[in-house]
Amino acid sequence: MVKEVMSQINRSATHMRATILANKRVGQYHQIVFGIGDLVKSCRPGNFVAISVGGDSSRMILRRAFAISRVSENASFGGTMELIAAPHGSGSKWLCSQIEGSEVDIILPLGTAFGIPTSPVNALLVGGGYGSAPLFGLAEVLKARGCKVDMLLGASTSAKIYAPMEGKRSVNSLKIYTEDGTMGELGRVTEPIKVLIEQKAIDVIYSCGPMGMLRAISELTANTDVVHQCAVEEAMACGIGICMTCVLPVKGEDGQISMLRSCIDGPVMDGSQVQWHLVGQVPEVNL
Amino acid sequence: MSDFDFSTTLGNAFFNTPIFTASGCASSGKELSQFFALKDIGAVVTKSVMNKPRYGRPTPRMAETPSGMLNSIGLQGPGIEAFLANDIPWLVEQNSRIIISIAGETIEEYATLARKVRSVGGISAIEVNISCPNVENRGLVFACDPDASRRVIDGVRRTIGGELPIIAKLSPDVTNLPEIAKGVVESGADALALINTVLGMVINFDTMRPHLGGKTGGLSGPAIRPVAVRAIYQVHAALPQVPILGMGGVSSGRDALELILAGASGVSVGTASFGNPHAVVDIQNELRDLLIAKGFPSLKSAIGYAHRGADL
Repeated sequence: MVKEVMSQINRSATHMRATILANKRVGQYHQIVFGIGDLVKSCRPGNFVAISVGGDSSRMILRRAFAISRVSENASFGGTMELIAAPHGSGSKWLCSQIEGSEVDIILPLGTAFGIPTSPVNALLVGGGYGSAPLFGLAEVLKARGCKVDMLLGASTSAKIYAPMEGKRSVNSLKIYTEDGTMGELGRVTEPIKVLIEQKAIDVIYSCGPMGMLRAISELTANTDVVHQCAVEEAMACGIGICMTCVLPVKGEDGQISMLRSCIDGPVMDGSQVQWHLVGQVPEVNL
Repeated sequence: MSDFDFSTTLGNAFFNTPIFTASGCASSGKELSQFFALKDIGAVVTKSVMNKPRYGRPTPRMAETPSGMLNSIGLQGPGIEAFLANDIPWLVEQNSRIIISIAGETIEEYATLARKVRSVGGISAIEVNISCPNVENRGLVFACDPDASRRVIDGVRRTIGGELPIIAKLSPDVTNLPEIAKGVVESGADALALINTVLGMVINFDTMRPHLGGKTGGLSGPAIRPVAVRAIYQVHAALPQVPILGMGGVSSGRDALELILAGASGVSVGTASFGNPHAVVDIQNELRDLLIAKGFPSLKSAIGYAHRGADL
């Protein structure tokens, strides 16, 4: 039992220096490509990376976590890994300011991955803001398995939608929602999901984005046959499972609620097991 | 590998190297073993465990601060029974040296924990964490009260007998640290762990309320290193015969040497592991090189070297 658990903890995680091969601005975000060699073979959609920021004399002591957007094997660069960063805080601003050829200290791949069905299914991918980033890599994998892949992307405004041209090719359909109507439909990305579930048009929902969105989708899929795999977001200090800061209340098979680390037991979790109403609280139940 | 004598002792416990993990910063070692072999470091100090399973404090549990971070985990853990059944056998299998850290809400709970630890093989020492700042009631921080500190250590000593070294983990958030240190040593502590985190708070600028779910948290990281150096120096001056396991913001071999010169016999690496999973081994290698470069014939000869010629 103990050994089994161990073998599951970040068994491919590697601490390395990776060269930035490209860093380009896409709307409000940066699309950054790293050379990671053969590690691409261990990266799965849903996995994340932890990057040291600010250089050697930085007062920022903690790594920043980013979802892997996609990996590919390239004839001239070998294995490459792409992520999408929003230059919001000091750490992500530093990363976005790094030029091609810079080296960064990175640990990857980390965390759980989206489960890929063994037989073709109807998959709905839902992304909020740049939470769409890992969904394009996932879409490619699902398409290769013969799945029907529909995508819904939402954000408060058009500038916060991340939907690259090349990504659109890997989905059967793409619909965009903005809360201010500046792109696509006016409204929230969760609005069409209820009908899609009632029509039995989807088997699995894969989601990544703000916790409010993940919770709303979990409420829509509750008591239905639709599986909801969501990539959660909680503040992490270490990303490798030792600090216990990024915990979420999750109900296990036995009905017991545990505070699970979103870095090791996530980021991809079963949306029906996350106790969304208890996030930010301590369960009242006695252990 | 040189033949430099890098070994150290805490009470009757011997360690090949003086660099350990810090309790609460390495869980029970499994996660870090992905990055280095646990038998290669001085010891794994496991996360402070309580008698019963515990959820800990609500999120957010973390806030980064300049050269540091606040945490308010609140001793989340599986409870002593599950911990001894699952984590310790695995660590023993790794040939790791093990220091079990215990935390209780009452003096009786510490004694209960000590009784359960007593029957376990393969343990080098027991750390009695009487200074976790992340408890509901600050009155429960035993290490802030000289009398309560003594009573906890006394209870553990009586329960555990004379064999296993007791390391009392103390808080720097007190007026007279040497007095508290003297008290726990008189009650039976063989060594002292200095320092636990420093109590702090961050206000969130969006909500304009305390950011952490538990409101207050423990400050760790390089920001508190001078506090650790001061605490170790003061206590070593007052109790030169009592070994100190030093900790507080160590993130390089140079930092570790600073604590050793101040009087630490061993150094735990905590928050640095969050930023660098190889920190413990990196620091260990850097420290060995530095000691040799400075001309010390052994680690032991550097312990408390900053006090030479001082008026004690």
